[in-house]
Amino acid sequence: MLMPKPDEGTIAKRDEIIRAMQSIVSDEGVITNKEELRAYDCDGLMAYKQVPLIVILPESTAEVSKVLKYCFENDVKIVPRGSGTGLSGGALPLADGITLGLGKFNKVLDTDFKNRCVVTQPGVTNLAITQAVQHKGFYYAPDPSSQIACSIGGNIAENSGGVHSLKYGLTTNNVMGIEMVLMSGEVIRLGGKHLDSQGYDLLGVITGSEGLLGVITEVTVRILTAPETAKAVLLGFDTSEQAGDCVAAVIGAGIIPGGMEMMDTFAIQAAEEFVNAGYPLNVEALLIIELDGPEVEVEYLIEQVSKIAKNTGAVHAKISQSEEERLTFWSGRKAAFPAVGRLSPDYICMDGTIPRGKLSEVLREMNKLSKKYDLRVANVFHAGDGNLHPLILFDANNPGEFERAENFGSDILRLCVSVGGVLTGEHGVGIEKRDLMGEMFTEDDMKQQQRLKCAFDPNQLLNPGKVYPTLHRCAELGRMHVHKGIVKFPDLPRF
Amino acid sequence: MTENLKPENKDQVLESVQWAVTKKIPLDVRGQGTKLGMGRPVESDHILDLSGLSEITDYQPSELFVTANAGTPMKDIYAALDQQNQQLMFEPPDYGPLLGGAVDQGTLGGLVACNIAGPRRIKAGSARDNCIGFHAVSGRGEMFKSGGKVVKNVTGFDLSKLMTGSYGTLAVMTEATLKVLPSPENTRTVLVRWAKDGDADQLNNQAMTEALVSTNEVSSAAHLPAKIAARSAVAYLNSAGSAVTALRIEGPAPSTEYRCAALKQLLSKFGEVEELHTKNSKMLWKEIADVSYLAANQERAVWRISVPPTEGAHVVQRILESAEADVMYDWGGGLVWLQIDEVDQASKDLVRGSVTQAGGHATLVRASKQLRQSDIVFQPLDPYMTGITKRVKNGFDPESVLNPGRMYKGI
Repeated sequence: MLMPKPDEGTIAKRDEIIRAMQSIVSDEGVITNKEELRAYDCDGLMAYKQVPLIVILPESTAEVSKVLKYCFENDVKIVPRGSGTGLSGGALPLADGITLGLGKFNKVLDTDFKNRCVVTQPGVTNLAITQAVQHKGFYYAPDPSSQIACSIGGNIAENSGGVHSLKYGLTTNNVMGIEMVLMSGEVIRLGGKHLDSQGYDLLGVITGSEGLLGVITEVTVRILTAPETAKAVLLGFDTSEQAGDCVAAVIGAGIIPGGMEMMDTFAIQAAEEFVNAGYPLNVEALLIIELDGPEVEVEYLIEQVSKIAKNTGAVHAKISQSEEERLTFWSGRKAAFPAVGRLSPDYICMDGTIPRGKLSEVLREMNKLSKKYDLRVANVFHAGDGNLHPLILFDANNPGEFERAENFGSDILRLCVSVGGVLTGEHGVGIEKRDLMGEMFTEDDMKQQQRLKCAFDPNQLLNPGKVYPTLHRCAELGRMHVHKGIVKFPDLPRF
Repeated sequence: MTENLKPENKDQVLESVQWAVTKKIPLDVRGQGTKLGMGRPVESDHILDLSGLSEITDYQPSELFVTANAGTPMKDIYAALDQQNQQLMFEPPDYGPLLGGAVDQGTLGGLVACNIAGPRRIKAGSARDNCIGFHAVSGRGEMFKSGGKVVKNVTGFDLSKLMTGSYGTLAVMTEATLKVLPSPENTRTVLVRWAKDGDADQLNNQAMTEALVSTNEVSSAAHLPAKIAARSAVAYLNSAGSAVTALRIEGPAPSTEYRCAALKQLLSKFGEVEELHTKNSKMLWKEIADVSYLAANQERAVWRISVPPTEGAHVVQRILESAEADVMYDWGGGLVWLQIDEVDQASKDLVRGSVTQAGGHATLVRASKQLRQSDIVFQPLDPYMTGITKRVKNGFDPESVLNPGRMYKGI
């Protein structure tokens, strides 16, 4: 993984930059000590580390605005950071860049139940939003598995998903407004407690922009009434084809479950050993289907799903009889990553999306790749929306094994794209999938995306080296190429 | 000389745009032109007519998406989805009659370009939440794409959102992919008939809010004052003689029955409660989606106001203090449709002032061409937003050949 070459000039100016930051942000908000900086040297993608030039922790929008204005005028790079739980290296620091942490933006500002929304600072954790409103029977729906730690600002940067996104949408469908600081220091507000922004839907493109377009300083999200009840059914199948058929049949019957998760044999066994969730061990695929809503609806749908499961060949079926049992069913799925992690010194977690109907084909191919690379792979899968999380097991102490695991992962993502899917469903491109962007996009596709970046950040100071494999200068991207003089089009109908 | 281009495939769209770029000739980009009344008139004599790009290219019911060329008539898409008992959850409205045109017109590209949505917006989102990928030709004369055909996708910037609602000012879309879902098995509507219109103005919002925050999964909430309810084709509404609040419940039969009963009990304190079943419900919500109650009196202007739900009634109250208007509410009070006699400086200031106070925006959806030529149609942008809007436009269409001025003067 090659990052842009650090600018020696910026590094030489470090003391000057520190003094400038100290004049804007409180003293303890400027971190310069090498030991303390090490705490920020990576995000959730821990294979890549880099100590940042410095870290700053501003406390107000005005401070963020002044910091960005200074960096804009002095050509200093910025890497925004929420809780640092991202899995694609989006918050990987730069040796010549300031890491701007939003941890001090940690207050929920307004819980507005009548308008069904919460206004909050971006450093508040995903779970804390639900905790702020659950006493009135509300919750915030997107639930990435890191929800206890990840920040809402980071969720917006990554357009995070989660188990419930099948029914309740991704972050992008649940964010109503933001306040954001542009690289120039200008502060803009997009959306709010009303629906649909005026003008271009900038809120829509900023969500999922991985910190490349601006720094979010305030957030308005939609909250929902918590469903009356939820029940889960645990289903085991002899083949992954049958499990795939079951998923298709459930959706075909018009049922959109609150969650629909699949695990393969390896993941089932690892999870069962770890948490004793009561999973059947002799099956090739396990499905957890959760229905939520009014009790009479849940009862009715559980019955429908059970019938479908039987017709598609389920050899094991168990309906949760209590809230405790429902949570036990989920405990194995939720612990799947650490459970698999226990079986191996290291693992990497991939994140591709495929059309639901291609599941068994992709699993078959993945097993072939597993043999080719001589590395084990476990699969957990948001089956309802086709989002795969293959976990590749390796031992970094064996020379060359990390590279082999990375190549295996890249091949899996290429496979996802080749069957009509995409490189990343919810973890983001970051640095991890940056060099694979060409598998999905042409040079023109990527240039057009980068022109949007130029509209926000003409000097490419915000999170450079992430998402796009080639850094083009904005002046170069803006140049018009005249198409061989005048075009003739004899075939074009006119009227 | 006026030259109209009607490409039949994306290569011809590319040629057309390259020709316009080379000659620096602005294009009026349109599908069937049914929503030309919305937004500002384009400053161009040359039409790029996309209705020749008409084909559903990939519809996979089990994968829950439909891909079609931009000029595909929406009625063809509805017919295909209907055969599989699926639908677009955002319930695209048909503004044909509202804008003085015919029913059942319009194309996929036009729908996406205008980012419109019906009463289920509060639950299922708008066109922007349902468009998951597209192919287009930029104003630089280059083909590009973004997104894909799967819902869970965070690969690169989500340009589908940016294209949705950009009124064809950034790129000429040649193909778009929309999410689809199975149609609900059953639809019911709980109606509250208010004893006095005056009460309704004050309390309809409270009734809609109580319904929406209950656990009954209300998918739409609208309020029709007496004068508007009388224009409905649904017998119960046109004979009500009073204001009516409507709450929609969708889902499997036993669930809708249960939730309806619970909702009726919850709302009975506000007035007489009644229930519509599937057929009448569908008729009512289509009227509300299409704003068909305000289609008559074409000479009067129509505003579309989006504010926080609890503010809708307050905004209307402020406006009605100094102007006569016909009003209806959707989205739990957050969407207000307002038909007003004329739009002059004072009435514009009245509407925009009230909306700004509440936090939101107002769009002049129907007005004379002369009026729309002034910079009045969309909520004005502040200087920073104007700057970023211009830079975004410049990144996609630096020569300003695509629908110049359609949204804002000079952009």
